[in-house]
Amino acid sequence: MSYGQKVDIIDIDYSWGLANYVRAIDGVYLVTLFKSVVISIITTALCLLIAIPVAFYISFSSTKIKSILLVSILLPLWTNLLIRTYSLIAILRTKGHVNNTLESLWESANHVLNFFRLASYNFIGESFIPLSLMHNNFSVILGLCYIYVPFVIIPIYLVLEKIDRNMLEAAYDLGANHKIVFFKIIIPNISVGITSGIILVFIPCLGSFIIPELLGGADSQMIGNIIERQFKSANDWPFGSALSFILIYITIIILGVRYVYSKLYSRLYPGNIS
Amino acid sequence: MIKKKTSIELKKLNKRFGNITAVNDVSLEILENDFFTILGPSGCGKSTILRLIAGLEAQDSGTIIINDEDCSSVLANERPVNMVFQSYALFPHLSVRDNIEFGLKLKKISGDEIKIRVEEILELVKMVGYDLKLPSELSGGQRQRVALARAIVNKPQIVLLDEPLSALDANLRMEMQQELVNIQRNLKMTFMLVTHDQDEALSISSKIAIMENGKIIETNTATNMYEYPSKKFSAEFLGRINIIEGVSSVIDNQIVFNSDTFGKINLERNIKLPKDGVLGIRPEKIIIETEINKQKNRVSMNGIITNWTYYGDMSYITIELVNETKVYINVQNIHRNSLQELNIGKNLYASFDVNDLIILEK
Amino acid sequence: MSARMRHFTPINYTKNSALKLITLVFLIILYLPIINLIVFSFNDSKRNIVWRGFTSKYYEKLFENEMLFVAFSNSITIAIISTIISTFLGLTTAIALWKFNFYLKKYYDIALLFPIIIPEICMGISMLVFFSYISWPNFQLWPLSLSSIIIAHVSFIFPFVAIIIRARLSMLNSEILEAGQDLGANRYQVVRKIIVPFVNPALVASFLLAFTLSLDDFVVTFFTSGPNSVTLPVKIYSMVRFGVSPEINAISTLLILIIIICTYFAIKFLSKSNRELMK
Repeated sequence: MSYGQKVDIIDIDYSWGLANYVRAIDGVYLVTLFKSVVISIITTALCLLIAIPVAFYISFSSTKIKSILLVSILLPLWTNLLIRTYSLIAILRTKGHVNNTLESLWESANHVLNFFRLASYNFIGESFIPLSLMHNNFSVILGLCYIYVPFVIIPIYLVLEKIDRNMLEAAYDLGANHKIVFFKIIIPNISVGITSGIILVFIPCLGSFIIPELLGGADSQMIGNIIERQFKSANDWPFGSALSFILIYITIIILGVRYVYSKLYSRLYPGNIS
Repeated sequence: MIKKKTSIELKKLNKRFGNITAVNDVSLEILENDFFTILGPSGCGKSTILRLIAGLEAQDSGTIIINDEDCSSVLANERPVNMVFQSYALFPHLSVRDNIEFGLKLKKISGDEIKIRVEEILELVKMVGYDLKLPSELSGGQRQRVALARAIVNKPQIVLLDEPLSALDANLRMEMQQELVNIQRNLKMTFMLVTHDQDEALSISSKIAIMENGKIIETNTATNMYEYPSKKFSAEFLGRINIIEGVSSVIDNQIVFNSDTFGKINLERNIKLPKDGVLGIRPEKIIIETEINKQKNRVSMNGIITNWTYYGDMSYITIELVNETKVYINVQNIHRNSLQELNIGKNLYASFDVNDLIILEK
Repeated sequence: MSARMRHFTPINYTKNSALKLITLVFLIILYLPIINLIVFSFNDSKRNIVWRGFTSKYYEKLFENEMLFVAFSNSITIAIISTIISTFLGLTTAIALWKFNFYLKKYYDIALLFPIIIPEICMGISMLVFFSYISWPNFQLWPLSLSSIIIAHVSFIFPFVAIIIRARLSMLNSEILEAGQDLGANRYQVVRKIIVPFVNPALVASFLLAFTLSLDDFVVTFFTSGPNSVTLPVKIYSMVRFGVSPEINAISTLLILIIIICTYFAIKFLSKSNRELMK
């Protein structure tokens, strides 16, 4: 019963044509698909950049602090995605907290300048211009990172925990400094966790539609938004299905690459796969 | 004899972990070419000393002098010492060769020299032909050899070995002990080993320090540590011993030890006994006889065999004296026929030479 | 002197100030929006940007809002029913995968992971297409109107349950079942008296987890819900599209609270289950 829905019934008039797929790789949709991939790659890279140091810090903390940190990382994971995205809006919008804080900073700076009778020179602008932090690509990437960083921290933390601390000490003992230990010893040994993290972020990022819908603007539509529109407003179900199957194919390809990678890895390092 | 150079000197080293004092005011001097062993029960702080020397822990106070240079605050990666870890700590993603080259490359040694040194070391540890294998493809003994090679290839001032043989099975351990000694003699390097295994300490070290609760109890050469220990703890920790308690007194210029169990023992020695000192006698120094031994210098006692453990070459016997004192005796099983005499319940005499008695401080 | 000395212990990375700073800033950014959301649900201002004093009027308003109440009761109903079905299905799947070796078992294993791995939106639309293809009737009568959402939820939740229970079952030696039968238990007694008590902590944990997943789900529900079956997250979504308001803050805070409580107990039971296995 539960797998029935995955059978390839995508066409309402059941003409087994590839027309919808051809349309999917045509012009504007291809651009959106490409853009979704680029946004997902940037998000994944940023997530890694944040997750590795944080996972590092957690892994080397004392047992008590470690469990507190882990729970604080896990808790937002269980908070509704929609609510978390909404909570970002309140912070980022034009009359949100970031701009509000910046505005009060601007005002106090203006007061100081007034005090020195320098305001008429307009060093900091005639009036406060709020930053547009919403409805652009920046906000989409920020939102995706905000939601998905914990997903990368967890797998990296798990492999870091398995690393023999003596091995790191042995590297220092043999004359390595922090940089060499990090790049030559730690990174190769946590690569499994890093690839898991990449997959856990990249796939949902690619298929996300709430975040670009709520935080993005007209030019930051992702493939998820187009799929959603086919079903909710444009009513072109076959085309929407074709697009979503492209997503599933990408997912399968990524998992396939990962499978081959782990096979190669376990052949290279037998008994070392985690 | 020329005095050997000091390789490492520790001065009043202290290290605490929370409420536990791991290293308590330890001072040690290790000479060049020594095979120095710290022996102690687990958790006595012996591994911490190695980690302090390697720079993997920071001491709370005290000085570490390596090759006449104060290394107390030198970073771990800049100290001229290398360590063999208990878990071997080989880099799992690097081949045997890459593991061994790791330290040399960091020292910016030329490629040709690295090649020569790696070949030499592979031969020395009998790992020629394994250089492209990964650690996960090696057996425990082979990993051990690689870990050793990885440390000694850098020609450090001192090689630190943290219970390196504890993960090996008994036969392999014996073999590796012998090899360690050979390698150390061939290379004329200073080795510092930490172990809780008394046999290992005795068979491979030139010097032994016995440690308990963060303190060094006694330091001596291996044979003297067994034959002439001065502390009760070290005598009991290194091998088995029968302890004889009592009070000493001087009669006719000679020390007479009035023991609770053996009566009066004339020590035939004119030395001062430490306050509340005790006597000890090793089990193998006691022999079994059918009659009382009235020779000069011999202490003879009468008892019943209560336990007999047979080890093939040896028999461990316990006899109980009339006053219920237990005496442990080790006997070589020289004749097959004599085994029949060692029945439990048999009444016999046991005697030892007073010159074999060890005087111990509590 | 001791401070300088402690500094050079090589692998004490927690003393590294850069790492400390990144972690701290990360945690602040992670929690700031959520805390802001909760705090401003008590703010006595529609503008929702400056603190104007404490009020609980938005919570009172929630209870007067009939639409929200309907959405909330829909969510709870869906969560309860789909949790019960998922737990039962997950348990039986786990037992089957653990006990029996059958044709294509390996592929069934992978198929089980599929709903978890593929993008949620694909799961959602595939459910939508599925229901329209089999012409699932559009019930008007409550709770039958929720049936399609419940089926959709069950199909992506029960694999989670199966995986959690299987992890625990893998620790149970299958000879135990034979021992049970040897001592006179029949097949059902074996399941009831041996397997279920053994997996009980995992069962409770996955029950709570399933409840959270169902209550929390937006994407799959969004595609399978109709006008008669609005759930709380779907209702929140339609409100969010009109911008920030204290009512959304209030209802979100309530949802977060329910989910945190469920998750807390789920983790508690899971760690209890793990601790028992360590012994």
